Amino acid sequence: MTTLRRHIPLAVGILTIITLHLSLSRAGATYYMTQITMSAYYALVVIGLCLLMGYAGQVSLGHAGFFAVGGYICAVLTTHNLVAYRGAPFILWCRSLGLVFERQDLYGVTILSFAPWPAFVASLTVAGLIAFLIGLPVLRLKGHYLAMATMGFGLIIYRLVLGARLFGQADGISNVPPFPLFGSLQVNGRPPFRVQNYYIAWTVVMAAMLLSVSLIHSRVGRALRSIHENEEAAHSLGIDAYRYKLATFVLSALFAAAGGALLTHYNGSIGPSEVTVMKSIRYVAIVAVGGMANLWGALAMGVVLNFLSLRGVFGTYDDVVFGAILIAMMVFAPEGLLRVPRLRALPFLARRRHG
Amino acid sequence: MADVLLETRKMNRFFGGLHAVKDVSIRVPQGAIQAVIGPNGAGKTTLFNLIAGTLTPHGGEVFFRGRRITAWKPHAIATLGIARTFQTTKLFAHMTVLENVMVGRHSRTRSGFLAGMLSLPRTWREDRETQVASRAILDELGLTALAGERASELPFGRQRLVEFARALAMEPQMLLLDEPAAGLNIYETRELATLITRIRDRGITCLVVEHDMSLVMDISDEVVVLDQGKKIAQGPPRSIQRDPEVIRIYLGDGNA
Repeated sequence: MTTLRRHIPLAVGILTIITLHLSLSRAGATYYMTQITMSAYYALVVIGLCLLMGYAGQVSLGHAGFFAVGGYICAVLTTHNLVAYRGAPFILWCRSLGLVFERQDLYGVTILSFAPWPAFVASLTVAGLIAFLIGLPVLRLKGHYLAMATMGFGLIIYRLVLGARLFGQADGISNVPPFPLFGSLQVNGRPPFRVQNYYIAWTVVMAAMLLSVSLIHSRVGRALRSIHENEEAAHSLGIDAYRYKLATFVLSALFAAAGGALLTHYNGSIGPSEVTVMKSIRYVAIVAVGGMANLWGALAMGVVLNFLSLRGVFGTYDDVVFGAILIAMMVFAPEGLLRVPRLRALPFLARRRHG
Repeated sequence: MADVLLETRKMNRFFGGLHAVKDVSIRVPQGAIQAVIGPNGAGKTTLFNLIAGTLTPHGGEVFFRGRRITAWKPHAIATLGIARTFQTTKLFAHMTVLENVMVGRHSRTRSGFLAGMLSLPRTWREDRETQVASRAILDELGLTALAGERASELPFGRQRLVEFARALAMEPQMLLLDEPAAGLNIYETRELATLITRIRDRGITCLVVEHDMSLVMDISDEVVVLDQGKKIAQGPPRSIQRDPEVIRIYLGDGNA
């Protein structure tokens, strides 16, 4: 019964996705679906960050960094030409396992590179490992040291992709091949694949939501919430807060990396603008607007705000808007926008009422 | 004499220049209710936190069932079978009463991240068992009607009971109670006395830090008296009541 109730938003979500598709195609405006698909992949980052912020009570200011680790590793592995090494035993071995593949680029040059699947696995592995290594010392400390450490990590990744030839410096990496999933399904941003990719992205996001919602209602989820509410009491019940925080941090990094990897295949490219600190702050702002410990709120806000941003609604004030949103949320509605009407009409009235 | 369940040997703890706990050795026999009393600042709660692992001792050892647990992490000590309540109740305010108690089942259950995310049948079954066990404890403490309430919305006395329920959900061998009667009225205190005795009768050894003398004298099998960080007396309640040293620190020595 309660399990059913918890999945009502899922049904509503799926209905919304289908309705949106039908009305857009009826209005002949399917081009909007491209930005919605992109927003869905960004929302994946937000879902992971929501688990971390809302449930483990830790803030990361480096999630754009994890997004970039996912995206850039996939981009490098699937575009870096290995033709010169085609005779090397390692490459032959990879080839026999189907880990590398050969294709012709626009100019007819033969490119031998890693296939998207192994690249995807590698990118998630690296992102998870980095999160583990950052969290290992930092999460032992009380307070928001994770925010500091992850911000440092984000900055390092930013300078790295700007400086390293391998990562294309200011140009980023383009000509990233599509990601064939199974059958005729592939993550591909070209117009003929638009509808298919809309549904691929949403399937991934809804799967992530399903996993996350189940998680927060499980034993581990209760433990996480208890840590967030009162760490000392959680310890007294045998809960190893450190281990749970670390695992949640790694999980949220994996979500971000998956979002980065898939969006990179979808766009066919990735650039340093994905790695700025402002991008990380944007994700934090979205989780805050969605209501911290509110996965569906974070998802909704993640899709809407990223969509508006991608459509260029905020113009040159893009970053300013997200910064302002974060400040406004902290001042007026620290529990999130979606909780405001239920609790109180106006913050200053509420403050008076509560003394 | 019954087996010793918990033992501290020459425990010490400083806070800056303050020697809060000085060479305190106590033995808590299996199945007893043992009280620790003493005036404010005697080091009772500090001793408690040293046992529970919340504070690291600056000297001395703690043994539980003959196993050295000195300076173990609080969660490891809890998992071993030592539950506790807090001087100011520390409930999970935004969770329901039932959820609070369900968290208490943590050390008795196993499902991890992957199992939780995938909601496997095994996980699902375990969660059902957690619910059943938690409801049984609520029932036992007369809290069933409050199961769906948010913990923060309960009156103080009920909150304390929920904290008990949460600790009992761990099925501990030992329960550390830090001033359980603080803030309770006479009736609630009487209820509490019955409850603690019932817990002991279930085989759970209780170590109680308490200010309320009548409660301590009523329920405890043995009383330890601390003053300025030192143990100054130990014995059954009757002899403690007559101990001149204890009378001196409680009533002051200017009137002799």
